[in-house]
Amino acid sequence: MIISRKLLFLLLLVLYPFIIISQIETKKNINACILPKVNIKTLSGENFNTSNISNEGKPIIINFWATNCKPCVKELSVIADLYDYWQAETGVKIVAVSVDDSKTMFNVAPFVNGKGWEYEFYLDPNGDFKRAMNVNMIPHTFIINSDKEIVWQHVSYTEGDELQYIEVVKNILREQINDNNDIQQIDKENIDDIINE
Amino acid sequence: MSYNKVFSIISSFICIFYGQYIKAQISGEFQTEAQYYIKDTITSSIEVPQKAMMNAYFNINYTYSNFNAGLRYESYQGPLIGYDTRYQGSGIAYRQITYTGQYFEITAGNFYEQYGNGMILRTYEDRNLGYDNSIDGIKLKLFPYKGIIAKALWGTQRFFWQKSPGIIRGFDAEISLNELSEKLDSLKTKIISGFSFVSKYQKDLDPIYILPENVAAMSGRLRITRGNITLSGEYAYKYNDPSTDNNKIYKPGQALLLNIIYAKKGLGFIIAAKRSDNMSFRSDRTATGNVLNINYLPVLAKEQYYSFATMYPLVTQINGEIGFQTQFIYTFKKASKIGGKYGTSITIAYDRTNSLKKNILPDSTFMGYASKFLSIGKDVYFETTTLEIRKKMSKSLNTIFSFINIIHNQSVLLGHIGEPIIYAKVAVADIVWRISDYKTLKYEFQHLWTHQDKKNWAGLQIEYTIAPKWFFNIGDQYNYANSDQNRRIHYYTSGVGYVHTATRFMFSYGRHREGVVCVGGVCRNMPAYNGFSISIISSF
Repeated sequence: MIISRKLLFLLLLVLYPFIIISQIETKKNINACILPKVNIKTLSGENFNTSNISNEGKPIIINFWATNCKPCVKELSVIADLYDYWQAETGVKIVAVSVDDSKTMFNVAPFVNGKGWEYEFYLDPNGDFKRAMNVNMIPHTFIINSDKEIVWQHVSYTEGDELQYIEVVKNILREQINDNNDIQQIDKENIDDIINE
Repeated sequence: MSYNKVFSIISSFICIFYGQYIKAQISGEFQTEAQYYIKDTITSSIEVPQKAMMNAYFNINYTYSNFNAGLRYESYQGPLIGYDTRYQGSGIAYRQITYTGQYFEITAGNFYEQYGNGMILRTYEDRNLGYDNSIDGIKLKLFPYKGIIAKALWGTQRFFWQKSPGIIRGFDAEISLNELSEKLDSLKTKIISGFSFVSKYQKDLDPIYILPENVAAMSGRLRITRGNITLSGEYAYKYNDPSTDNNKIYKPGQALLLNIIYAKKGLGFIIAAKRSDNMSFRSDRTATGNVLNINYLPVLAKEQYYSFATMYPLVTQINGEIGFQTQFIYTFKKASKIGGKYGTSITIAYDRTNSLKKNILPDSTFMGYASKFLSIGKDVYFETTTLEIRKKMSKSLNTIFSFINIIHNQSVLLGHIGEPIIYAKVAVADIVWRISDYKTLKYEFQHLWTHQDKKNWAGLQIEYTIAPKWFFNIGDQYNYANSDQNRRIHYYTSGVGYVHTATRFMFSYGRHREGVVCVGGVCRNMPAYNGFSISIISSF
């Protein structure tokens, strides 16, 4: 019995790093990764650092796409019809990062203008941002909150996925409101304490 | 106290400790595809003694404060059919550490980089192609002033599980004039200019020729934007570089890429021209195929996404080609006469690539040939005309109609010497019927007409999706008009997939036709095969 306990203890010791890793993993999922800082380009060719992606504290949808990717173009076309409504309802911003390489990157500006899309566009011609975001297949969509944490992501696109995106955005907003209420609650308690003193 | 209690106390203590202090971020991605091959006498697919093969990639990124470290493990257990067999094996194919400061960034290890349009330097990874020409060495980026970026690198290139014999050194500077000051920023005209220099060194071991051990290449670029119009150009020059590619001639290489873009809401137009001559630039002068390329020569052709339209692709001719491309995209407004209730968008594209006009010089000059810069050779390499109409018929019915006319010089592009030029027409009807918010049925009809090669094809693909999790598809491509009755083959495919956030799992079965897989003019041959496939991709 003692031997088996010792064995169990040893086994647990061996497994310990994995348990720790799984803890970090869980923690990471709760706290989420922050948007990496990478230099990409604007449609007019100027340098732009991804740390400057912002939406005045409201959620942002980041979508990786390319002009030669059929589901990507479908996805952005479907969302284009809903975008006005989404913005009015939630204030969400869509940042579309094209991974078209030097062969097709000059096509991106006429393409998105020709389609009449109104997203915020960037170019990532050699995939620097794509790699930093661990994108292995496009389309790949990320949703980030006001603290620039990646709270949700989705790979591939099929009609109907966009309904899930906006649900996630609404959930983020709900959480933000709850957090703000909590903070207000704490502030109120602090004030009460001070008054009592 | 029992061991379990001791353990749980230590465990919770360390977890609390880690929970408090670990501010580092770990992220990564995983991708694998395994295939099981079935002998198929009808397609004469190649036989695989192992029966099953697999490619896998595991990438991990660690970020702490200003440091970032990355590592990628790759495993090719018999690389999948169509991949270079020299990948056979497993190991760490990529590892790097980067420090980013306010004014500089330094990377040690493997890295990917592109100078300008990549015409003298571009390293990248494309798993679809089995392409990875990363450099292993040191890379430095400087941000001395807003609007100015300077880059330098020094290293050797990846060659499957080994390194290139040649060493690469590079420098690039780019200045965005308008970003320099607020006064310049307020100007309507935006100017960005850049310069690159790349040099390679490889020892001369040739018993006959005296080969240049150091070969330099340089390029300059300029981009001017005013209002809706952008003009952009890059010129590259490479000093003499006798290689297996150019048959050991001492002629210098040059390339020019020009773009004119007009873009305003609802309308986009681009016209692009390119000329490249003797611009093969590799870290091993004896290399051929998709290996050890230092540069990337973009091809000017509309990238197609329907499978019949990609059957006859443009393959970059590194020894020389001249081409131009134009594309026009327009969206008719909603509720207009042509636009209909939901809007209609059209794309018209035309591109053509020809040979260079060359005058062969005597062998004694070692220059190979002379070619006037603006003269066009008479051989057509490739031409496509594309018309695409996207129309939303109703709230639940979306359609794409596409017509593509292709001229393909297979003897030059695919090395099918003596075979005639292929004239093909492809028509596609892509119909998406959204049954409900989450359920969609998609039909893709394709037809290819040609009197050459394998003659006519017909294809149908049906896909049913339940967003955001499930997709199912079945398809058939039928070479019904093949002049050999026994080669009128059905290529059936079927698959089922499941997506959960950033993880996608797919299982499929099918008979796959032989062909060429291309991304941007870089291609690999794909032999016919028949079998099952499992693919998993995941980001975390």
